[in-house]
Amino acid sequence: MSSLRLVLHEFKFTQKVFWRNPASVFFTALLPVIFLLIFATIFGNDKIETLDNLPTTTYYVPAIVTLAVVSATMVSLAMNLTIAREAGLLKRGRGTPLPSWVFIAGRVGNAIVISVLMVVVITVIGRVLYGAPIPWERLPALITTLFIGAASFCCLGIAMTAIIPSREAAPAITNLITLPLYFLSGIFIPENEIPDGVLSFANHFPIRSFFEAFFAAYNPHTVGSGFEWGDLLAVAIWGAVGLLLAIRFFRWTPHR
Amino acid sequence: MSDPVISIQGLHKSFGEFEAVKGIDLVVDREEILGVLGPNGAGKTTTVEILEGYLGRDSGDVEVLGVDPARPTRAWREKIGIVLQGTTLEQTLTVRESLQLYAGYFSNPRPVDEVIGLVGLEESADKRAGKLSGGQQRRLDVGIALIGDPELLFLDEPTTGFDPSARRHAWDMIRGLRDLGKTVLLTTHYLEEAQALADRVAVMSDGVIVAEDTPENLGGRENLPTRITFVLPEGITPSDLPVARVAVGEEPGDDGRIAVIETDDAVKDLQVLTAWALERNLPLTGLEVKRPSLEDVYLQLTET
Repeated sequence: MSSLRLVLHEFKFTQKVFWRNPASVFFTALLPVIFLLIFATIFGNDKIETLDNLPTTTYYVPAIVTLAVVSATMVSLAMNLTIAREAGLLKRGRGTPLPSWVFIAGRVGNAIVISVLMVVVITVIGRVLYGAPIPWERLPALITTLFIGAASFCCLGIAMTAIIPSREAAPAITNLITLPLYFLSGIFIPENEIPDGVLSFANHFPIRSFFEAFFAAYNPHTVGSGFEWGDLLAVAIWGAVGLLLAIRFFRWTPHR
Repeated sequence: MSDPVISIQGLHKSFGEFEAVKGIDLVVDREEILGVLGPNGAGKTTTVEILEGYLGRDSGDVEVLGVDPARPTRAWREKIGIVLQGTTLEQTLTVRESLQLYAGYFSNPRPVDEVIGLVGLEESADKRAGKLSGGQQRRLDVGIALIGDPELLFLDEPTTGFDPSARRHAWDMIRGLRDLGKTVLLTTHYLEEAQALADRVAVMSDGVIVAEDTPENLGGRENLPTRITFVLPEGITPSDLPVARVAVGEEPGDDGRIAVIETDDAVKDLQVLTAWALERNLPLTGLEVKRPSLEDVYLQLTET
């Protein structure tokens, strides 16, 4: 069997497992949509002066896309790979002829497909419910940003499994890392409400960098192609560091 | 004579200060079911995980199907099936889907339906793994280990935690593997399991193999004396008996009235004894003739 067919085989079953798991469907697919609807309802009529009077609803589309991509990639992989490791599934897979990289590739592929799906769902909801325009002319920047971000957060998620000792610890550790950064990076609260000092602190972390890059590609007021190369580079460096840590510290066997 | 499927010489493995395996030699031949028997912590799982390619070793020569398991190849993995201790499956995949998933990893898998039949899960084929009973999950584990049609199968404590009836079912299934011509290495801490399934048993204790033989002959059992026991009749002392090597009251729970005769010729001694008793019209209440049980041998071997 060729490697590509093997990756597709693994991907197909990872998809099945994803959609059958109520927790993954709720937290990864439904929760971002619920957040978008809640935030848009609460702040719906506001305009953000510092962003050329951008409607808050339009602001929340790329913000919630950031949340959805981080959930589908970093958080999902960190949780699901930890659970699979502690259940002995990774060890079992290692005992078969399946190359290790295919096992990971199937799950990364799943994470990226879910990310793309969530971007489509959230931008369409933004368009239909809130009239937030779909940025067709900046599609290349949007797609590039999405893939660099999704791939980097996948690497970070795989690396995170190394510091998660058990399945019970997985939700606590992933939330401890992501929730404060969502608040500090302007995902939950519009950035004009956040002190500059806090934003420049958040700038050191990939969630803020990805949000800024995606915001530029999405924002109807953006002039030009929408590529934020500086932010994309920052995200990619985080991803590369994650990849190196993952290669060095990822373990296949459960803690006893 | 073909090469052995597994050969181990002078295997050592330590974890930090703890020496888990202290120099073992072992050979497993083709189509043999070898039972590795021993208490928890004897080094069984460490040994098996070295053979499966999960763990490295400190020293010793090891070959499994002609390959050093410390350098596993994909072709080698095709020929090996592994049932690990205490692992679970994707809870939301059905029995059939789980087998399809693993079948995809092998170049020449057995047909999924055939494997479902082999492990007796026909009625649960479309049930999700999370809804199976413990015994059924373990059968599915064995099914997944069989899906690649391996030459060699490792079963690490396949029935731990089973109730007696589930264990009998599992035994029947494992016996069926013999008919498929598989070589099986089975670890267990159940004596009856080794006795019921294995062609040969290696007893491990404290990191070494303390005995290795067929279940019948284990620990020189065929050479150990047979014990004849009965209640010593009223007014008779051991020295009155017409046979040698008589001890009294060794059986627990009695007050010194049980005669125990250890003999290498039970047929002759019984004849002498019963003739003597008949002549004097003495009852030999509770007369029993017992070979040493495998359990006696095992307990003696693994005492540390």
